[in-house]
Amino acid sequence: MSRRGDWVYENNGGTCVAIAGADYCVVAADTRLSVGYSILTRDHSKICELADKCVLASSGFQGDIKVLHKNLAARELLYQHQHNKRMSCPAMAQLLSNTLYYKRFFPYYAFNVLGGLDSEGKGCVFTYDAVGSYERTGYSAQGTGSSLIMPVLDNQLKSPSPLLLPARDAVTPLSELEAVDLVKDVFASATERDIYTGDKLEIVVINKAGTKREYIELRKD
Amino acid sequence: MLTHYTHSLTSGPRRNTHLLLCWLAFFSCSILEPKKNTATKPEEHADREPKPYAHSDPKIAREIQAEEDEDEASRMFRNQYDTDVTTWSPAGRLFQVEYAMEAVKQGSACVGLRSRTHAVLAAANKAASELSSHQRKVFRVADHAGVALAGLTADGRVLSRFLRSECINHAFVYDAPLPVSRLALRLADKAQVCTQRSWKRPYGVGLLVAGLDESGAHLYYNCPSGNYFEYQAFAIGSRSQAAKTFLERRFEGYNDYTPDQLIRDALSAIKETLQGEKLTSSNCTVAIVGRKDDGTVEPFEMIDNKRIQEIIESMEAVEEAPVAAAESSSMQEDKGTDAAPMDI
Repeated sequence: MSRRGDWVYENNGGTCVAIAGADYCVVAADTRLSVGYSILTRDHSKICELADKCVLASSGFQGDIKVLHKNLAARELLYQHQHNKRMSCPAMAQLLSNTLYYKRFFPYYAFNVLGGLDSEGKGCVFTYDAVGSYERTGYSAQGTGSSLIMPVLDNQLKSPSPLLLPARDAVTPLSELEAVDLVKDVFASATERDIYTGDKLEIVVINKAGTKREYIELRKD
Repeated sequence: MLTHYTHSLTSGPRRNTHLLLCWLAFFSCSILEPKKNTATKPEEHADREPKPYAHSDPKIAREIQAEEDEDEASRMFRNQYDTDVTTWSPAGRLFQVEYAMEAVKQGSACVGLRSRTHAVLAAANKAASELSSHQRKVFRVADHAGVALAGLTADGRVLSRFLRSECINHAFVYDAPLPVSRLALRLADKAQVCTQRSWKRPYGVGLLVAGLDESGAHLYYNCPSGNYFEYQAFAIGSRSQAAKTFLERRFEGYNDYTPDQLIRDALSAIKETLQGEKLTSSNCTVAIVGRKDDGTVEPFEMIDNKRIQEIIESMEAVEEAPVAAAESSSMQEDKGTDAAPMDI
């Protein structure tokens, strides 16, 4: 890909998934960092807790991702000072979109999935492209393994069509444990065929009690 | 005079300006001379006010008189050198900066104290009227630092915002909290700028900056002049002298105080400034930051009203208990132990 002398990006691989439930949200990402056919590290977190009810997972170019996460965390702190409360997930979603579009002509090479609880306590997932186009959905996958994972999630979570009226909720009726199991299965499948996905899976579950983190081993080849 | 002026109108622009300036100078000298110069002469002033004391030795009495005259003379001309901050007085003072420090003394009291590991800020709440809420005087600047201010709270609010953005930017670049001494320095430099620009005025607020960094807990006081000093304990604002006297008696032990003891002393110091008014959780704000014994950091946070009320009540109970014990022991016969009431 670096045939051009001025190619400033690099894809460090990885996959991120998020699933929204009625009162919880699961955000998961693998921990492998690669470049080309090599592995840089097996132990790198792609997940950033921006607020107590808002978690961002990004895959793509780690240089841009690091700085994007730092930027958002600093903006969230400023918000805290000014409003005396933490940023809600929908507010952070808009901020992320604006931040990405701000660099429309030199984008952050980051494929993001934002998950958390909205102001009513219901699970929400926002999925982005590299320049900030976003949508609230019930589930999403981004990254090198996304094309392997997304069809399986579509099959299992059966989101109703957005063309239906009255608007049907996209959040899954599954329980928290079932959603976490689905995530583990889906990552295991992606790890089989995607070379950039593997090593370890980091799962973050957000519900009204707080945030919980879990690590699962994945295939290391 | 008028005809002379109209005649010069036809004589060309340069001569016109020259004459106009002469005319204006003459005019201003006669009309705009300050009245006070003619009214007070040192001898007249001395007769009006009785001297506080008259020294028996005439030579020393003359020296004292000369000093007072000098002071009087400088006070007389004070108003000529206090119009803007970029004007020095003949005595080498910037009056605008000193007036700004006066503004700090008018604000309601704040105290700060620190131990090796914790720093506490407390402020006396003042409401503009019974109908309004009280002004916020204690602000969190970062997880590891906060400020309490006295004076023009609007200036303080703006400075807090500046401090917050400085802390965020430092953490963004260095991934570490801004050390408290550097925070105080940034604030002092910002204040100094306003003392050296003719189109600005000094900030009318004094800030007590309290925070925790690698070298422990710190407390700084930042003046409108741009000076800052580190303190073990300090008080600013109106009636702060009472608090300072209280702190002066006790500060030497503060390094080893527990956080709870620090909070108590802070509340006692605020109580001194209230001078008679009852201390309740609604007329004071207390905030603390520190590192616990096990190494975990307690981020800068205001203490909630309930806990403050509990502490105040326990402080009052301690005050009443020795008094009651003294009364009861004086009424009873001596039981044999010579323990003073305070030792119980």
